[in-house]
Amino acid sequence: MATTADQFQAHAEDHHHGADHKPPFFARWFMSTNHKDIGTMYLIFAIIAGIVGGAFSGMMRVELAEPGIQYLDTFARWFGATNPDFNSTLHTWNVLITAHGLIMVFFMVMPAIIGGFGNWFVPLMIGAPDMAFPRMNNISFWLTVAGFCSLLCSAFVPGGMGNGAGTGWTVYAPLSTYGSTGPAVDFGIFALHLAGAGSIMGAINFITTIFNMRAPGMTMHKMPLFVWSVLVTAFLLLLALPVLAAAITMLLTDRNFGTTFFDPAGGGDPVLYQHLFWFFGHPEVYIMILPAFGIISQIVSTFSKKPVFGYLGMAYAMVAIGVVGFIVWAHHMYTTGLSVNTKMYFTAATMVIAVPTGVKIFSWIATMWGGSVEFKSPMVWALGFIFLFTVGGVTGVVLANGGIDDVLHDTYYVVAHFHYVLSLGAVTGLFAGFYYWFPKMSGRMHSELLAHIHFWVFFVGVNLIFFPMHFLGLQGMPRRYPDYAEAYTQWNQVATDGYMIMAASLVIWFANIIYAFTAGKKAEGNYWGEGATTLEWTLTSPPPFHQYETLPVIEATHHH
Amino acid sequence: MAERKPRSNVRTAAIPAVVALGMLGMGFAAVPLYRMFCQVTGFQGTTQRVDEAQAATVKVHDNTISIRFDANVERGMPWEFKPLQVTDTVSIGARDMAIFWAKNDSDHDITGTASFNVEPAYVGKYFNKIQCFCFTSQTLKAGQEIRMPVLYYVDPAILDDDLAKDVQQITLSYTFHPDAASGAKALDRTGSGV
Repeated sequence: MATTADQFQAHAEDHHHGADHKPPFFARWFMSTNHKDIGTMYLIFAIIAGIVGGAFSGMMRVELAEPGIQYLDTFARWFGATNPDFNSTLHTWNVLITAHGLIMVFFMVMPAIIGGFGNWFVPLMIGAPDMAFPRMNNISFWLTVAGFCSLLCSAFVPGGMGNGAGTGWTVYAPLSTYGSTGPAVDFGIFALHLAGAGSIMGAINFITTIFNMRAPGMTMHKMPLFVWSVLVTAFLLLLALPVLAAAITMLLTDRNFGTTFFDPAGGGDPVLYQHLFWFFGHPEVYIMILPAFGIISQIVSTFSKKPVFGYLGMAYAMVAIGVVGFIVWAHHMYTTGLSVNTKMYFTAATMVIAVPTGVKIFSWIATMWGGSVEFKSPMVWALGFIFLFTVGGVTGVVLANGGIDDVLHDTYYVVAHFHYVLSLGAVTGLFAGFYYWFPKMSGRMHSELLAHIHFWVFFVGVNLIFFPMHFLGLQGMPRRYPDYAEAYTQWNQVATDGYMIMAASLVIWFANIIYAFTAGKKAEGNYWGEGATTLEWTLTSPPPFHQYETLPVIEATHHH
Repeated sequence: MAERKPRSNVRTAAIPAVVALGMLGMGFAAVPLYRMFCQVTGFQGTTQRVDEAQAATVKVHDNTISIRFDANVERGMPWEFKPLQVTDTVSIGARDMAIFWAKNDSDHDITGTASFNVEPAYVGKYFNKIQCFCFTSQTLKAGQEIRMPVLYYVDPAILDDDLAKDVQQITLSYTFHPDAASGAKALDRTGSGV
């Protein structure tokens, strides 16, 4: 491995000028076909969308800081209502939860973790010069941007009781059909169509790249686990997103063309929409978390200076999670009147997912066991991920029980659960990947001190937001309401305080980025040292505009 | 390097592209498939439809079961609709006829169709209808009243089902919806006044 890398490195230096010939600004960024540039654009886009989605959650937390309705009226005016009545004020709450959910899922986590890190590092890690279809890659990105614009537009046009789509990210009929007149929900559905089409094209691109463009000697069973995670994710996207596209297309025709797919008045069934949505929606949560699993595997291995424990088990655990993820969807629908036997099946199937997930958690721990562990910032974030994701996983096993879910369904316990696996899990994984690869992408070292402070402030903040929600949920506080009984005040105040702390941690993060670009040291090719063995570390930081003009050769003895 | 001619990218990409299109098709195919699934398995309380010949072969048991009737209309539909008996106690396997009454309170003709199911949902597959006003649409002229029969029996197979054999009462519920052609769009279905 080392000799190959050195030879290749020398080669890259020789051709440095030829390989680094960048197109002018407009052509480079607006007509980009370069996987690294597109990855960068995805990351910047995700940061912008994350700020918008995070601002929506801030608006929700400030409203929830006290019982009663304090700020919704003001927010309704921001969305263009001139003199909002009480109903349209409450509608604004639904718009906030809908926009927050859709933005964070489709325009923050997915673009960052698949579009951003996937585009950047899948070709680098398998020794490919670029993605298989560079122009389709460009289309994927701009479709996502167009989808985001469509979603933002929806907030300012009528959606029934007031401006904006107030359907929840699930867009359940009949609220999303005859329950929401006006164009807002149509704009929201259009946003999902665009983002979905972009993601499907991205998935086809990743599958083709990984199957066809691996460097000589890079067999499937030698691919880094991050590549495995993106491959499994691409298959989930491919199988799940078209079903969502079909379901929301039927919503669209129910809304506008008089069909009754989900309307009992014409023989349809709104529960069918829920089945279709969750057939997509459950794999969707694995789409968001599997690439994070891959990132964490790379980081834990790098900073333990050991290959990942049980490589094949880790790879096939992700495949197993992906497969089983398709046959558990109705655990989101325990309260729709499923029979006891159906609930028993979905309970058992859901719990089975804890097995491959446990394989991953224990393998990460086993990787660290006996390793020469170095607590650099990505490793600290990775450890935070393992802890927080496990907490979310445990509450997931609780909620998997059909009987318990009858009590906890639509309470804040569920909100706490999915934010522990996503907002704390996937986002922590994103930050881990960011600190791991930022110097590789930018060529500048970030401040390790600021990265550590960022971690601890973020960790305290998000736990203060979401841990109390377990208590609120167990005490019966329902989700999706802007108001609550006075008894719930204290933990809601703690959660809002936690939001402020989390927001402060983002300031530290931005300061770190500014530090890196102004005062940061130039990053070497392999700044993490001997533990970092995957192919991207054989290149300069940042890598040349076109890499691997001569394909690297992976020797048979190479370990992962 | 050995002779390893990889498949062209376009040919490789064609496979996932076809898979994606297939899943899109499956999404739409879910509508008729789900309807068939409900009709066959009685899922979500879907009652069964039988003809006279099938009904004639059913043995009547001594055990009885209570049937409760429920009738309502979609929000905003100007019909009155109610069952003329609240409950009936029937022998399992025996035919019974229930009568429902409806009146069009509006000043124009309205055609409606009734949707139906039973509660608990898991006895749907044992609830057999021989005749029902819900099989077709019903048109009521302005101010017209109508009496509508349902001819049904409870399948004795319910006695062999561990989950369902202890059920003492089945609720049969109907909801009348106006047909699209007769002005469904004009209804305030949300009840919001918007």
